[in-house]
Amino acid sequence: MKLKKVKKWIRDGTPWIWFNAGAVTISIVMVAGLLLILMVRGLSHFWPHDVMRAIYSPPSSGAIDQVMEIIGEFVERESVSAIELTTSGIPVSEEQELYDRELFKFGNRDLTGADFGWILNEFVTEISYPESLFVLERRQWGNFYGYLTAIKQAGEIVVETDPGETGNNQAWLELELRLNRALEIYDSISQMERGSIGEINFQVERLRLRERRLELEDSLTAEAQSTIEAEAQALDAQYAAIQGDLNSLYEDFERDSAEFLAANGQTAEIPLAEIVRAYRPNSMNVFNKLLVYGSKLVEFLSDEPREANTEGGVYPAIFGTVILVLLMSVMVTPFGVVAAVYLREYAQQGLVTRTIRIAVNNLAGVPSIVYGVFGLGFFIYIVGGEIDQLFFPEALPAPTFGTPGLLWAALTLAILTVPVVIVATEEGLARIPRSVREGSLALGATKFETTWRVVLPMASPAMMTGLILAIARAAGEVAPLMLVGVVKLAPTLPVDGNYPFIHLDQKFMHLGFHIYDVGFQSPNVEAARPLVFATALLLVLLIALLNICAAALRNRLQEKYKGLDV
Amino acid sequence: MSNDLAPKSSDSAAQEQSTQSRLGSMDLSFRRRMRYYVDKFAHGAIAVGGIGVIITILLIFLYLIYEILPLFESAELAESNSYSLSSATGSTLHLAIEEQGELGLRLSDDASLVFFGIESGDVVHSVQIPLPENATVVSFALETEESGIFVLGLDDGYSIIAQYSFETRFEAPNNRRVISPQLSFPYGEDPIRLFENKPVSAVAIRSRGGSMLLGGSSADGSIALISAQQQTSLLSSFDLGDDGSIELQQLAIDLAAPNTSQIFIEGDARWLYLITDSGLLRMLSIQDAQRGTLNGFSFETFLSGDREQLSQLTLLLGGVSLLAADSSGTVTQWVVTREEGISELTPIRHFSGHGKTISALTVEQRRKNFITADAAGRISIYNATAERAAFSDILMQGSINNMAVAPRGDKLLVEAASGAYTLWNVRNEHPEVSWAALWNQVWYEGYHQAEYIWQSSGATNEFEPKYSLMPLSFGTIKAAFYAMVLAAPLAICGAIFTGYFMAPAMRRKVKPLVEMMAALPTVVLGFLAGLWLAPFLENNLLAVFTVLVLLPCSIVAASLAWLYLPKNLRHRVSDGWEAALLVPVVLLFGYLSFVFATPIELWLFNGDIRFWLTNDLGITYDQRNAMVVGFAMGFAVIPTIFSIAEDAISEVPRNLSYGSLALGATPWQTMYRVVLPTASPGIFSALMIGLGRAVGETMIVLMATGNTPIMDMNIFEGMRTLAANIAVEIPESEVDSTHYRILFLTALVLFIFTFIINTLAEVIRQRLRIKYSTI
Repeated sequence: MKLKKVKKWIRDGTPWIWFNAGAVTISIVMVAGLLLILMVRGLSHFWPHDVMRAIYSPPSSGAIDQVMEIIGEFVERESVSAIELTTSGIPVSEEQELYDRELFKFGNRDLTGADFGWILNEFVTEISYPESLFVLERRQWGNFYGYLTAIKQAGEIVVETDPGETGNNQAWLELELRLNRALEIYDSISQMERGSIGEINFQVERLRLRERRLELEDSLTAEAQSTIEAEAQALDAQYAAIQGDLNSLYEDFERDSAEFLAANGQTAEIPLAEIVRAYRPNSMNVFNKLLVYGSKLVEFLSDEPREANTEGGVYPAIFGTVILVLLMSVMVTPFGVVAAVYLREYAQQGLVTRTIRIAVNNLAGVPSIVYGVFGLGFFIYIVGGEIDQLFFPEALPAPTFGTPGLLWAALTLAILTVPVVIVATEEGLARIPRSVREGSLALGATKFETTWRVVLPMASPAMMTGLILAIARAAGEVAPLMLVGVVKLAPTLPVDGNYPFIHLDQKFMHLGFHIYDVGFQSPNVEAARPLVFATALLLVLLIALLNICAAALRNRLQEKYKGLDV
Repeated sequence: MSNDLAPKSSDSAAQEQSTQSRLGSMDLSFRRRMRYYVDKFAHGAIAVGGIGVIITILLIFLYLIYEILPLFESAELAESNSYSLSSATGSTLHLAIEEQGELGLRLSDDASLVFFGIESGDVVHSVQIPLPENATVVSFALETEESGIFVLGLDDGYSIIAQYSFETRFEAPNNRRVISPQLSFPYGEDPIRLFENKPVSAVAIRSRGGSMLLGGSSADGSIALISAQQQTSLLSSFDLGDDGSIELQQLAIDLAAPNTSQIFIEGDARWLYLITDSGLLRMLSIQDAQRGTLNGFSFETFLSGDREQLSQLTLLLGGVSLLAADSSGTVTQWVVTREEGISELTPIRHFSGHGKTISALTVEQRRKNFITADAAGRISIYNATAERAAFSDILMQGSINNMAVAPRGDKLLVEAASGAYTLWNVRNEHPEVSWAALWNQVWYEGYHQAEYIWQSSGATNEFEPKYSLMPLSFGTIKAAFYAMVLAAPLAICGAIFTGYFMAPAMRRKVKPLVEMMAALPTVVLGFLAGLWLAPFLENNLLAVFTVLVLLPCSIVAASLAWLYLPKNLRHRVSDGWEAALLVPVVLLFGYLSFVFATPIELWLFNGDIRFWLTNDLGITYDQRNAMVVGFAMGFAVIPTIFSIAEDAISEVPRNLSYGSLALGATPWQTMYRVVLPTASPGIFSALMIGLGRAVGETMIVLMATGNTPIMDMNIFEGMRTLAANIAVEIPESEVDSTHYRILFLTALVLFIFTFIINTLAEVIRQRLRIKYSTI
């Protein structure tokens, strides 16, 4: 009886159906798992983890046992076999087959050289989480972990404190006060450097180009030269004045410093000018930690990168990505729609149109790197080089448009995505019944009026679909951008207060390239990894957001023209 | 643009109506005309715009072809001027052209050096090299064209080493370029003694980084080798001349090589080649000579066949290859190879000529090119690596004595037997490329057999670029293959279930999720693959295999278990939700396989499967390997295949499957026998499009492999694909160089490959659509 049931089960092919179901399940689990990993790793980066202090005495092959104090943040755990450990030079007893080991971030790269290390759990003793342990985020050398011992002003000790003391709030308050002061000065310094000095540099460069241009045109009269010189002198004077202010700010900025005691009794004097953020994670409650978490998140979204992009924020990359996608959309929509309208409404339908349709459709499947190569060779070297010869001879031999830049990147992406827009718009146009067009024509409207007032509005949801698909593809595309304008660190944003406000010739940063560059080209991958996870999560969210926005827009339009649908 | 149009259209329509009634008939006809013109104008504008956009897209294809066409052009020679040198005395030993292509020089056997403008033949400077009394020049050797160091062998057993060079400076008015020729004596003006009162019948010199090696032989077969070390830097010794900072050391060689007429020192100064008139080459190890452990010649061979006679000999750029031209017009390239500890000279290529004796042979300074001239006045330009004649034609009447090629390879100066000089402008941009060089195995210098190698740039000028596209194409196919191995079964099985069996409510949720998978940027997938998956797989290698075994078993087990569950529980879940039921099963068994992997690894592989792979099986394991790429790129390809295949399956007309079910077939039988065969062209085209995507994917491969261009199908090793190669190399390649154009060629290959695959898939899909509509 029972065997019969199983036989029928096999004959029916039910296991096969379950197998197919399993394929769907595995795919779904993989997607969900991937998103989960991104979320967990990306979001946990900003959480101020507790800092552990312990004594570590690993077995050593030498006569003297190593005993050291360790202070650091836990990163990850894994188990290794005893054999692996022995071959890598740690003589552990082979009776126990597996050992747990943990990766810790020790920071203090300037003192010890390496800021990460593996620790075997077996040999850790005296684990504690002292409340007086500080975490300093610095502008250089990464994090610092240690106890505060003294605060100095211009080399003189102002406050002294015992490193082991937990309740000493006075020193902490003093440090917080002075740190805030330093941060404020830092803000005004960077504002001055970016704002006023940047503007003066820009003006000076424009003057130089003007002079060179006049020279090339052979119209550099003595008069013109003297006005240019006068302007240059005025700028120089302005610059000197700002430089003076800046120097005094710098003096103020470098006034304070603090002394810290790190692991194994090492001391370090750290100028407050170096510190971005200081906190004592072990003494913080969840609410305080959330505050730090929030401030780190805001920094990530709105600040410039630090330390070869491995710390700080990604604001320029977000900005670059968004402006690139916007520019690309502005370029791709009109051209794509015009081409689609031509193909569907105006061109004679026949073999040629059909062939073109298939060709355009297939261009969407051509590898993006091919478009990058085309952009580099055709747009940059040929078109850009020609533009430079004609319009910017004064800047030569330094290229203006004959080098990778925002304009070319947007144009390359536009060419890459225009087939998508054409195909989607055409499908929309094809779905509009003939009767609608004929009705309009019968009422006396011209063909253009019919297209403009009747057909195109009805096809607008399809156009939006095309644009969504184009944006979704463009925002995640990195390979062609590497050839046509993206850089790891752009000194200025492509949009600023200097004429002509949008600098299409500038290079820019991009979230996707940032992931590639920081994750694979940076000297300290281990330290950069959490930031890359956060950036990847951000990129995925940004693309999802763009998709959702456009989908909402499409639905609204669809709603609006529902009545017209037949 | 249309969304802001929409509200306007209704407003303006209303306006139109109200204004129309107020307008007179004059205005009306004007308006009608205007509308007519607007319509015509719009028609024209849309046509121009539309065709323009389409042409722009197609321009990509044309532009790529435009960039690569120069690769396949032959060289061209155009005569510039012809003249005779007024102060030419003696017979020519050597001709040369300097960097800018303005001045030439002629060294004659009476030791006079004449510098002249190569366009006009006007002599600008001439120098006489001081010879000892009563001595005459009997032999000559050039170090390299680049250094300009040469040696003259005299009939009294002495030799003179000198160097010509050109100093370029820009003079004040209008930045005029002035080139002044110079003659210097880097190793002192005093002749260096090679033999005691015996004429130096052949000399050779090699100088590299402050040390110099001078070789000579005399008619009776005795060999002399002198090495010199400069104590100070090369430059200062130029100024000081013979101030004693040069130490000469004579190496004792008591071997005899009778009848030697030419000698060469190999580029790395390891071998001395002594060649007799009859074409017998003797190879002598210089290292052994320096150590004093020399016992006989290392190797002997005849450079020419029995019927041919050796006519010209020279070393190719870098000094590794010896070119031997013979009386039949053939040039043979010989390199030193090492087999079982014995070094021998092997002929690796033959460049067949046109049956006439080659009378002049010269090599280019920056490329592995050489130029031959034969007795009939035919000039041929060859590239050694590509084994290709870039040019060959009869240009002169009568024999050619000497030739010189400009360092940039763009000018050729020819001295005819009559003493007339002709200057040719040469256009030979890309001699390195031939079908064989791109796709066949090539025997490169320094290798022991012909191989497929991609290595586009090296540290020195003498580097031989290796442009074999095979490793890259192989890597591309390998990456795509492993991606398809993962993606094809998952995506197609998933599509079968989703398109036919799945409950509609669940399908509405699954499809957007898979589409979202398609929107995931590949840079994120690549990053996860390279920085998270690669180390993860390295640590959990065995778990991957346990998952492969355990998961299918667990699915079958779950299905069986479901069969035996109580009926009322089973009936709560309607058909088509199996995928949802399997989620906990997959999660649980996925986790379990990782848990079990560690003890299994301890038990079977002594705790370290990677160690076992490398040591017991001899399989190399790279952290970023094809398996990682397969996972990541498979992930990227799944949604593409899934959605197209799913469309094909769900669009199969329902009446087909209803008919099958009504005849008593089970759902799976219907699927397998009716739906699947009908939809199979659609599934095939889904696979094609997926493959096209895998072939062109750049970021994932760039980030998840080591990008080493190797040819090995091993799943645990990396690869370099065409697309990744472009991304890595094109930013650094010089515009319009051969390397740049070859990268464009690879882009074109990718373009055409994906275009053809997609077109095929599209045509299949269109046919399928027509078929469905007729059922």
